[in-house]
This record gives sequence, C-alpha cells and structure tokens, in this order.
Amino acid sequence: MTDLIEAFHTALRLIATLDPDLLGIVLLSLRVTLTAVAIASLIGFPLGAALAVYRFPGRGTLSAILNALMGLPPVVAGLVVYILLSNAGPLGVLQLLYTPTAMIIAQVVIVTPIVGALTRQACEDLLEEYDEQLRSLGASSTAIALTLLWDGRYRLLTAVLAGFGRAIAEVGAVMIVGGNIDHVTRTMTTAIALETSKGNIALALALGIVLLVIAFAVNAALMGVRRFAQRFAYA
Amino acid sequence: MLDPTAPSGAFGATRDGKGALLPLELRRLSYEANGKSVIDGLDLKLEEPGITAIMGPNGAGKSVLLRLIHGLIAPTSGEIVWGGQRMDRALALRQAMVFQKPVLLRRSAAANISHALGLRGIERSERAIRVGDALRLAGLEDLGAMPARVLSGGEQQRLSLVRALSLEPEVLLLDEPTASVDPASTLAIEKLLIETQHSGIKIIIVTHDIGQARRLAQDVVFLHHGRVIEHEPAKRFFTEPRSEAARCFLAGGLVL
Amino acid sequence: MVDRRTVLALVVGAAMLVAAPFTLQADDKFIVVQSTTSTQNSGLFDHILPMFTKKTGIDVRVVAVGTGQALKNAENGDGDVVLVHSKPDEDKFVADGWGVKRHSVMYNDFVIVGPTDDPAKIAGTKNVADALKKIAKAEAPFASRGDDSGTHKEELRLWQDANIDPKPSSGEWYLETGSGMGATLNTAMGRKAYTLTDRGTWLSFNKKDDFKILVEGDPKLFNQYGVILVNPAKHKRVKAKEGQAFIDWLISREGQAAISSYKIDGEQLFFPNAGPQS
Repeated sequence: MTDLIEAFHTALRLIATLDPDLLGIVLLSLRVTLTAVAIASLIGFPLGAALAVYRFPGRGTLSAILNALMGLPPVVAGLVVYILLSNAGPLGVLQLLYTPTAMIIAQVVIVTPIVGALTRQACEDLLEEYDEQLRSLGASSTAIALTLLWDGRYRLLTAVLAGFGRAIAEVGAVMIVGGNIDHVTRTMTTAIALETSKGNIALALALGIVLLVIAFAVNAALMGVRRFAQRFAYA
Repeated sequence: MLDPTAPSGAFGATRDGKGALLPLELRRLSYEANGKSVIDGLDLKLEEPGITAIMGPNGAGKSVLLRLIHGLIAPTSGEIVWGGQRMDRALALRQAMVFQKPVLLRRSAAANISHALGLRGIERSERAIRVGDALRLAGLEDLGAMPARVLSGGEQQRLSLVRALSLEPEVLLLDEPTASVDPASTLAIEKLLIETQHSGIKIIIVTHDIGQARRLAQDVVFLHHGRVIEHEPAKRFFTEPRSEAARCFLAGGLVL
Repeated sequence: MVDRRTVLALVVGAAMLVAAPFTLQADDKFIVVQSTTSTQNSGLFDHILPMFTKKTGIDVRVVAVGTGQALKNAENGDGDVVLVHSKPDEDKFVADGWGVKRHSVMYNDFVIVGPTDDPAKIAGTKNVADALKKIAKAEAPFASRGDDSGTHKEELRLWQDANIDPKPSSGEWYLETGSGMGATLNTAMGRKAYTLTDRGTWLSFNKKDDFKILVEGDPKLFNQYGVILVNPAKHKRVKAKEGQAFIDWLISREGQAAISSYKIDGEQLFFPNAGPQS
C-alpha cells in the first residue's frame, strides 16, 4: 500500500513539474486525437446531412451501415488499418505503419461513424420540423443540408465531443498501428499499458490522472454545451 | 418593402416583366393519400385581388389544398394554373407561405429573416435593409437579436409573417396563422394582412375562425369533402349561404 | 451569437496548427527495428540507441513485440532489422530468404523467479529441469508468456528437456498470459506464481513485491540474441543501407562496449559476444 501512495506522490510531482516525457506523451495524444476528430468531422458532417436530406437508392442501407459502424470495436478498426498499411498489404507503399499518421487514420475510422450517425440523426430530427418551411422558402436540397448543419450546431458539437472522448481513451488500435514507439507513437493510453507492464506505476499513474482529467473535462464540456443550448432554445 | 405606390403584384403585368400570377385556376384537381381521396375533382377560379378565405369543417382538405397550390405537394391528377402557366418551381418562388405553427430556425429573430433572404439570393447589404424594415413592421425592432424560439407564440408568428413578406411575394398563403396566437398578436397580424393586401399582394388564408374571415375576407371559398361547395363574395356568404353545409357551419354546428 | 465566419476561421486555423508538426517529421532518417518486449523492458535500447543516433544521425524506432511476431512482421516487410533471441527461428528466417545474414550480438540469461515462501521448494536448485519437475509435481502456479516469444520458446524447450508437458494443465496451475514479460511478471506476482524471465527485465522491473530469483546459473538458461537485416530483395522498401549501418555498429567494438556499459544498480544486464563468426 505504501508503494502505491509513494507512486501517487511521484505522479503528482511529475504532473506539477511538467515532466518533459509526460508532456511529450500528452501532447502527442492530443495532437493525434484532435487531428483525427477534425478530419472525422469534415467527413461526418456532410455525410450525415446528405443522408438525412437527399433521397437516393441505397440510402436506408447506408444509414444502417453507418449506425452499425458506431459499434465497431476500436481494436478491430486498428487491425483493419494495420492490414492495409503493412508492407505486405495494399497500401504498404505509403509507408505509414508505425507513424502518428497511421494512428490518426485508425482514429478517423473509429470516430467518423460516430460523428456521421449522430449528425444524420440530428439533421433528420430538424428536418421533420423544418422541411416544409424551407421548401416553401425555396431552399435547394444543398441549402437545406447547410441550414440543418448550422442549426444543429450544438448537437453536432456534442457528437464531436463524444467522438473525441472515444478516441482519446482508446488503446488497442493505436497500439497495433503505431507500435508504441518511444517519442514517436507512444500515446497516453499505450504508455500507461507499457509503464504498468514495466512496473513503473508512478509514471502510469501520472498519465492516468491526466487522462482522467481530460475525460472529465470533455464530459463537463458536453453537459455545459447542452445546458447553454437549452437556455437559448438552440438545443 | 410594402409600398402601395409600387407596381402592383399578383395581377399587375409589369412585375419584373414576368406574367401576372392571377387568375389561379384549378381544374379537376385530385389528391389521394393512403388510399383516401382528400381533394376530389376540385374546380376553382380566383381572379379578384384582395383576401380570399378558404373555410370548411375539419378534414375538408383546406390545408392540403393550400399546399397543392404552393407546390409543396403534387396532385394525383388535375391542373394547377397560375396566370396561364402550369405550376412549377419558378412560380412557387413568387409566393410565400405562413404555417399554422411558426417554424423558426435556431438563430436570432433577425437572422431568421436574413437567412430566408439569403436563400433567395438577396445581397448582404440589401438584406440588412429588409431585415430592419421587416422587424419594424412586426413591432419587433427591439427583439432582433433575441433567439427567435424564445419569443412568445404571437411574436413568433408575427416574425414568420414579416419573414414571408420580406421576400416580396406576389401571393401570400396562410394556413390558420392565428389559431394558437393571443388576441393582441392576432390583431397585429390581421392589421398587417389588410395593409399587405392594399399593396397589391394576393392573399389566400385558410381559417376556421368565422369572425376573422368576416373581418378580412373579400371572398370566401367553402370546402367540404375535398370539393368547392361555394365560392362567392364574403358579404353574401355570411348573410345568405347557398348550401346546407355552409349554413350548418356558420351556425356553429358539426358538418358531417 | 458568434459569427459563422469567425468560427470557420478558428476551426481551420486550429486544424493547421494541429497538423503541422506531423508534416515536419517526414524527412527524418530512421529505421524500424522489430525487437522483443524483454529487450525493450530491460531499458537497453533507451541506453544504447541515443549513442548510435548521435554518431550516425539515424533515428532507431523500436517496435517491441514477441519474437514470433517480430519475425512475422519482418516477413511482411514491416521492419528493416530484427533483433530477437531464438536462434533456431532466426536461422530459419535467414534460410527462408527473409533475412540477409544473422550476427550474434549479446547474451544474457534466464532465471526463474517466484514468491519468497517458495511452495515447490525450488530455491537454489542447480538444474533447471529438476526445478520444473518440482513445480509440476507440486502443481504450484506457473505463469507462462504463452505468446510465441523468444522467452516462451525457451520455456517450452526447458519443459521438453524435463519431459513434462504442462499444456494439459493450462488454466489450472499453468497460466498462459499471452502477454509481454512485464505483464506476465505482474500476473505472476498477482497469482503468486513462478515464472521464467530474462534477467534484464527482472532487474529493471520496478515492482518486485516479495519475489526473488530462485533458480539461476544452469547453462541451459543461456539466452543468445541475434540481429538480422531484413532482405531487401524480398521487400524493396527496406532501408538496407541504414539497417546495415545499425548492425555494423552493434557488432563493432563501440556498439559492444555500449551494451556492456548498461547496468542497473551496478549489475550488467547483457554480455556482448559478437565474435568473428555467428
């Protein structure tokens, strides 16, 4: 027990003094996940809006697939990306395996269905209310989609925060495609796994605390956004 | 925006060189939904300016008729002809509609009007002017920055109305606009409609409020079971209705 | 509310800020070395690699997995060099054409660690086969790597030498963790089980609880490491020049001295032995 308490104190010290190793790992995690979430949103927003607004054959199937992909186990996404990027695989020529880019790709695969499906749902709900009025005003389908995206901005923000939360906490996919290489592809989650397996409880704890704080902050932001939106009837 | 001296709207020939929208002719118009016939071989001709009220018991097809002539839904059969032209998207853009429940976007009151103008391709500078005019017309000039959905029901409906008017339509369609609105806002809206009519815009209003129809309408179209039962000047309709159904309706009875 | 254009500008700006560092990394010279978790966990790489990078400017990125996986990854071309410790598999790797040539690099030894109260009474046993027989007879918990690693293969060879097949008891007293050395040590300590580990990992392991080294010194516990360049003829994109530079350095006097200079609490973990012949 005393070992644990000692480890806890060391952990707090590492955080307070902004230990460079710790900082490097945290910043890499944030960079990878923020980039992935940005890309996933750039894909997910228009995809979700298009699925809600445009009528085309296969629309229902595509929506169902998107919903199903929300439940894709992250480690499976990592496995698929790994197979694609390996030198023995079809995209090996890109030489992306074991780089942060590979981790971003894996996280994009995980987050895009979340953002896309939640965007689609938000747009569909809004469309139910707005459809007649917007068509009466003469809006084209594209104009309607853009209107819905801006009007649903708070729900979209919620979707983005949910995607971020899922990605920053993930360990399997980034381990497989990143290789957990020191100073290159070692994120908070993979570092916690490694340091624990080395018995370096102090560093693992420090990383764990930072990760917890980030997770709580994201959750608080989510609740804050909802309450703010409701106050102005923007929800 | 609403200028009584401007070239007249629906029935003037010179609005942007496009043909006048009146008369509106509906020939053997039918609309079926879920196997039921909602509009049943309806014929109607509207050629006079002013406010036309469409009345009738619930389920008579009034709201559906409005949506058909606005182009929001397509008829099962029959013709919709505005000023000699068959109904199409371009004609629909020369109209504007106000719905029973105000549908406002999750933005400020001013932004709602601005957005609608943007959809019509109106330039930013012109938009700012029209937004200001519209808010003043509705008596909402102090509430422009408020989130639209936080306004009261009456304020929201007034906003919906001036949003429609800011588009400078030639025809204004309203579907029971004051059904859930407080009396003060109802009065404001009715005043606006009367002013609007004087600037040459043709107004077609669906209402179940007999008092409102008496106050506003030039002529009345009475619908029953998806057909036009009566169409005549308002005064005659209210004093000497020709059909049994209309008599029953005006007496406050249930028209089966 | 906030103007839409401002929001868009902020988002684009943030995106560029976030993506920029990654584009800068593309030009660094580096090789990927597929190696094992035990070598990684011992801390050897943290000690010697900076020396190599300083001398040659080549960054070494180590992917630490089990020996079996390291060799498989190399077969897929996902690495430039392999550094593992299972000679039969290394020789096969070269024989099958996946590697160019195998060089011995260093050795250390395996030890059996276990709880101080030693239920199977193996402490001090000179012969590792006897120790394993005692463990099997007492059905004392034993944690195995179970992951096709060099350590795992060694462990299986030792059971074979002792004429014991522990597999049927998997899940009872024989616990196959399928994990790296560190995780297996954690499991062993959690379940008060014996386990075979390389000395390097054990010495650098920070959480020893009440465990100690109980069996050591048997020549059969000798653990040889080899390094091989992945064959560029099989995979065009292998960085043969830089990879060979790394191997040359490792077996050179400088590299070998770097290896012996790595100590924990004054104790040397790996012993260089890159002779003139493998």
